Amino acid sequence: MRKYPYTEKKDTRSGFGAGLQQLGQTNPNVVALCADLIGSLKMDAFKAENPDRFFQVGIAEANMIGIAAGLTIGGKIPFTGTFANFSTGRVYDQIRQSVAYSGKNVKICASHAGLTLGEDGATHQILEDIGLMKMLPHMCVINPCDYNQTKAATIAIADYEGPVYLRFGRPVVPNFTPADQKFEIGKAVMLNEGTDVTIIATGHMVWKAIEAGEKLAELGISAEIINIHTIKPLDNEAILKSIAKTKCVVTAEEHQMNGGLGDSVAQLLSRHTPTPQEFVAVNDSFGESGTPDQLMTKYGLDTVNIIEAVNKVIKRK
Amino acid sequence: MADITKLKSLSIQVRRDIVRMVHAVSSGHPGGSLGCTEFLVALYNGVMNHNPKKFTMDGIGEDLFFLSNGHISPVFYSVLARCGYFPVEELKTFRKLNSRLQGHPTTHDHLPGVRIASGSLGQGMSVAIGAALTKKLNKDNSIIYSLHGDGELQEGQIWEAAIYAAANKVDNYIATIDYNGRQIDGNVDDVLSLGNLRAKFEAFGWEVIETEEGNEMAAVLEGFSKAKAFIGKGKPIVNIMKTEMGAGVDFMMGTHKWHGSAPNDDQLQKALDQLVGNEVDY
Repeated sequence: MRKYPYTEKKDTRSGFGAGLQQLGQTNPNVVALCADLIGSLKMDAFKAENPDRFFQVGIAEANMIGIAAGLTIGGKIPFTGTFANFSTGRVYDQIRQSVAYSGKNVKICASHAGLTLGEDGATHQILEDIGLMKMLPHMCVINPCDYNQTKAATIAIADYEGPVYLRFGRPVVPNFTPADQKFEIGKAVMLNEGTDVTIIATGHMVWKAIEAGEKLAELGISAEIINIHTIKPLDNEAILKSIAKTKCVVTAEEHQMNGGLGDSVAQLLSRHTPTPQEFVAVNDSFGESGTPDQLMTKYGLDTVNIIEAVNKVIKRK
Repeated sequence: MADITKLKSLSIQVRRDIVRMVHAVSSGHPGGSLGCTEFLVALYNGVMNHNPKKFTMDGIGEDLFFLSNGHISPVFYSVLARCGYFPVEELKTFRKLNSRLQGHPTTHDHLPGVRIASGSLGQGMSVAIGAALTKKLNKDNSIIYSLHGDGELQEGQIWEAAIYAAANKVDNYIATIDYNGRQIDGNVDDVLSLGNLRAKFEAFGWEVIETEEGNEMAAVLEGFSKAKAFIGKGKPIVNIMKTEMGAGVDFMMGTHKWHGSAPNDDQLQKALDQLVGNEVDY
């Protein structure tokens, strides 16, 4: 099992903030909007350095999405920032009509996704956002795994023409991917080559997949670990190639089982290579208040859950 | 100054287009379309600086219009075609399979003249504000226009946008309200009264002008002039324009019933008999 040393834990939202700050310095067409959560989204630096290109819209997310759509007309590249819940479910029709159907070059940047938002509870812990966004035709859906990757993703999506949903989170997690990585939209990242099982993870679950891979190696199980930062378009080729070797798969995501990454993988496999699959995801439930770690344990999104799923799926081969 | 005689003549033809388009597919929204005919004919043929022959999405250096109440697509399409955005013959494809003229306007099929999809109500003011902000960033002194139904103002997003535009002095923008007092289920006052609309917009910090005769070409042009006088004065501008749903066709007026109903063969003929002009049907 390949080692992934890291020197510090950082939050992915800060990676977004850093990426946005860099875009502010390098791309004059990038503009940013926020709905009263500048600090939470780490948009302070962009705002301070580019006051004319920053729009505080107040607690009015529907208006923010519409303004962002309008800003594209004349060549701006708007990045909207708020919590994932208010970035998707709250404004679904605005995104659907004014952004996706209208083909507008809006980057919907969403923090505090999933259970790891923690103590605020289920009203804010959206676990349906990936599903909502990936269902929209031509919407690109990205869920990077750590600070460096989120920063790289933020910078990369400015050069992608079309609507993007960029999902990240609140807690600090190991920052293990290279600072100088080239972020390729739609391209899976092979973290560990293995032969017994493929673990496909996204977002915060990628580090847990690495931890699971290490423990599985001690048990004599060789896990291939793939970081899927782009859920749509999915890197079909990378997944099919891996499955051809391992013949079984575990998907892991901080999201509902319905509508998430696991669904996308299952759809791919059922059409090309029917393959035993286990899902590490929230099973048709809302979250609740608690610390991020407590919640990930209670709702079955821990390293141990990935290991259990691996043991189960290998038996089904 | 626009030639009023020409604009009136064009308005007759646009009304013929509207009733023929909705009749051909037995669906669509003639009422609001007829009511906003003078507004759109004037806007595209005497008010806006725009380039129908060379449409670009970005519209740099051009005034831009956003139709927020997308259901009145028949009048929008007719006016766009008749000022040269696309061939007039294409109006016959309205609401048909594989057409660029969808039931509600969209950019999806690249119809020249359309810059945003609309239909789900309440979204166009936000979009228009965004476009107005980009004009300012680009140091482009053009004007942004939008049109909204009065019933549409029941959508909350409109008021989010109204707060934003005033607080941020979006003063290169003129919103017009098609104040016909009717919506699908009946009179706006009966469905959900807007109360004192002028006072509401004033309280929200907008410059408010009113056009009492929104189906009189001279009054509509005067309304635009009055509104444009407030451009660059620190406030967004709203033109509350009284119109008659179904204007120009006597049996379609005075009721909400033609909001979303198409005429049958006899009704079409009756309507066309009242709309006699000098232009040519598509």
